[in-house]
Amino acid sequence: MSVYLPAEFNVQIDHTLCRRCRRCVAECGFGTLSFKGDKVVADHKKCVACQRCVSTCPEAAINVVKNPLAYKENHHWTPEHIKNLHKQAATGGMLLTGGGNDKVYKSYFDHMVLDACQVTNPSIDPLREPMELRTYLGSKPDSLEFRYSENGEYKLKTKLNPQVKLDTPIVFSAMSYGAISLNAHKALASAAKECGILYNTGEGGLHKELYCYGENTIVQVASGRFGVNQEYLNRAAVVEIKCGQGAKPGIGGHLPGEKVNREVSQTRMIPEGSDAISPAPHHDIYSIEDLAQLIYAIKEATGYEKPVSVKIAAVHNVAAIASGIARAGADIIYLDGFRGGTGAAPTIIRDNVGIPIEIALAAVDDRLRKEGIRNKVSIIASGGIRSSADMAKAIALGADAVAVGTAALIAMGCRLCQKCYTGSCSWGIATQRPELVRRLNPDKAAQCLINMIRGWSLELKEILGALGVNAVESLRGSRERLRGIGLNETELNILGIKPAGR
Amino acid sequence: MRIDARGMYYRDLNKMIHQAVKNGETEIVLDNVNGQRYIGTGINEKVRITVNGVPGNDLAAFMNGPEITVYANAQDGIGNTMNDGTVVVHGGAGDVLGYAMRGGKIFIKGNVGYRVGIHMKEYQDRVPAIVVGGTAGDFFGEYMAGGILVVLGLNRKPGDPLTGDYLGTGMHGGIIYLRGEVERYKLGKEVEVFELNEEDEKKLQPFLEEYCAHFGFELEEVLSVPFCKLLPVSKRPYGRLYAY
Repeated sequence: MSVYLPAEFNVQIDHTLCRRCRRCVAECGFGTLSFKGDKVVADHKKCVACQRCVSTCPEAAINVVKNPLAYKENHHWTPEHIKNLHKQAATGGMLLTGGGNDKVYKSYFDHMVLDACQVTNPSIDPLREPMELRTYLGSKPDSLEFRYSENGEYKLKTKLNPQVKLDTPIVFSAMSYGAISLNAHKALASAAKECGILYNTGEGGLHKELYCYGENTIVQVASGRFGVNQEYLNRAAVVEIKCGQGAKPGIGGHLPGEKVNREVSQTRMIPEGSDAISPAPHHDIYSIEDLAQLIYAIKEATGYEKPVSVKIAAVHNVAAIASGIARAGADIIYLDGFRGGTGAAPTIIRDNVGIPIEIALAAVDDRLRKEGIRNKVSIIASGGIRSSADMAKAIALGADAVAVGTAALIAMGCRLCQKCYTGSCSWGIATQRPELVRRLNPDKAAQCLINMIRGWSLELKEILGALGVNAVESLRGSRERLRGIGLNETELNILGIKPAGR
Repeated sequence: MRIDARGMYYRDLNKMIHQAVKNGETEIVLDNVNGQRYIGTGINEKVRITVNGVPGNDLAAFMNGPEITVYANAQDGIGNTMNDGTVVVHGGAGDVLGYAMRGGKIFIKGNVGYRVGIHMKEYQDRVPAIVVGGTAGDFFGEYMAGGILVVLGLNRKPGDPLTGDYLGTGMHGGIIYLRGEVERYKLGKEVEVFELNEEDEKKLQPFLEEYCAHFGFELEEVLSVPFCKLLPVSKRPYGRLYAY
């Protein structure tokens, strides 16, 4: 049975401005535009509003607008529900989506405000005075012991666990080669190197061209173990066991065979055209003890020289799970909230499973402190971090650093059309089609990422200066510097903050 | 060189092994091993390690070259994400043997536990293989994407099943060879039973010969029972799941 789905968007072409250069026809990855007779025509139904044609038209002759009468207005049966039902009636499949959860859930970041100094306690001008953003990820000792050396110096006696230095408390989130293009990976890797931070390979293996960025690389070990071998583990600065992802908690990865081209196959170390299936559970992990076994297998394989991170999705029982992970010997816990992005996930899961990162982070930090093991792990928080303000608030709630995925993609040109799963990304990011990948210049994209990290770092310094502290260490877990607005008592209690005015 | 592992903490033992490999030792014998984990883990050199005693979990995890012989039973997680090398166990082995193994060979004289050979994959010239002399537990070859799994069912008691349930569930590559017949209800829905062809026999023979050589079995006896093979019926068991 065929289903008539109205177009979501209308592509408006001003034919008086259009000079028939046909650039838009080539630019659209979704095949929306074609040249017929003497003019460009649009198949509106194919448009995803990625704005590539709008942005690249030399005459600014194109505009994309929402199709206002696509569905009759209904606050319960929203256009999305109607559209999805029609799609499912036609295919019998699971609805698929990309990007992060875009539903109207309360954003706790938007209900928290930061403190600043006035009159009685001086703020600091970060433009004139040193401001420390340097952050070390890794397990910290319970106490430090020093010895007095013969030449009259104090030396550290305690043997430290491996630490990885970040020049600013940001890492790029895990996005696999396969989900995003090699050029996007190159941009993330070289920007990470330039900024003194880390990027994350995701579970798709490490491309040989990126070996040189090893010191700035987090490599993932997921249930499918794609591309995981000794060299992969030892090239990295951090090895991460992927147990979950905020966009699809409890759901695994599945890269369809048609996306496994020669290059992707080499990196994942599987035959060309074969499905890359990594189910949600690691079938050798059924308990905290099993997790500990894998953590120490990785430590044995890497000579105890690298921090091991465990990435989990923020779910209801996240605090207890995090406590188990810390006790299992992980050096870093990477918490991914329900706004976290994905290259492909069932829509129903993305939009309805998991909890916000703000809540999860507060709960985890609180639990680890109460148990006296907060120092044993660093916490990376991710899942919808949009700005340096979100970052500062996350740090105040207890994060050591934040991870940014969607924000990084946007910096590289992404317009959040959320069609990553189609592999047709017109911006050359979430695609493997060579003619599309070519559009993303890795050097230029890296510069955009560097600019973003620089901007956020400058802003973070301003925030710290306003708070009257001169190191990000002093903001970490300092919930006294946060106040809630429009939050009820339970929410304030969970977040561990006071309401504004108290 | 010989190392007496009696009462030794696994980390100290493995440090000694790694140091020995670094010093150029090619033959390492470990005596009185009793549950120490991660033996052979992360070693890239083609050394020979003999384990006298029962090694702990994750023997040969991420291993990339050595030849390990165990003169006892072994535990869980042998050959986890192994890339190259050989493991020979003169006894039985536990669960999740050869998880996501990409290369090398594992020979187990006796029975193995659950989830053996899951996520096994092959890549270019790397075709991993596991030969189980006895029987296997549930979920044998789950999610298998490449490589060769063999179950011989030798020295079985009458009525003992060759494998457990959910055999080859989610399998989408590779071959499972079974000596004897398999009840249909045990099969995962993604696999089908086939007869061996000449190419299969050529492929299987060297592994059987090697098994017999390791454990002193007669090849004729092993070949006295006809084999069958399991293949995935679709390379895309999870196609057509989504509404775009």
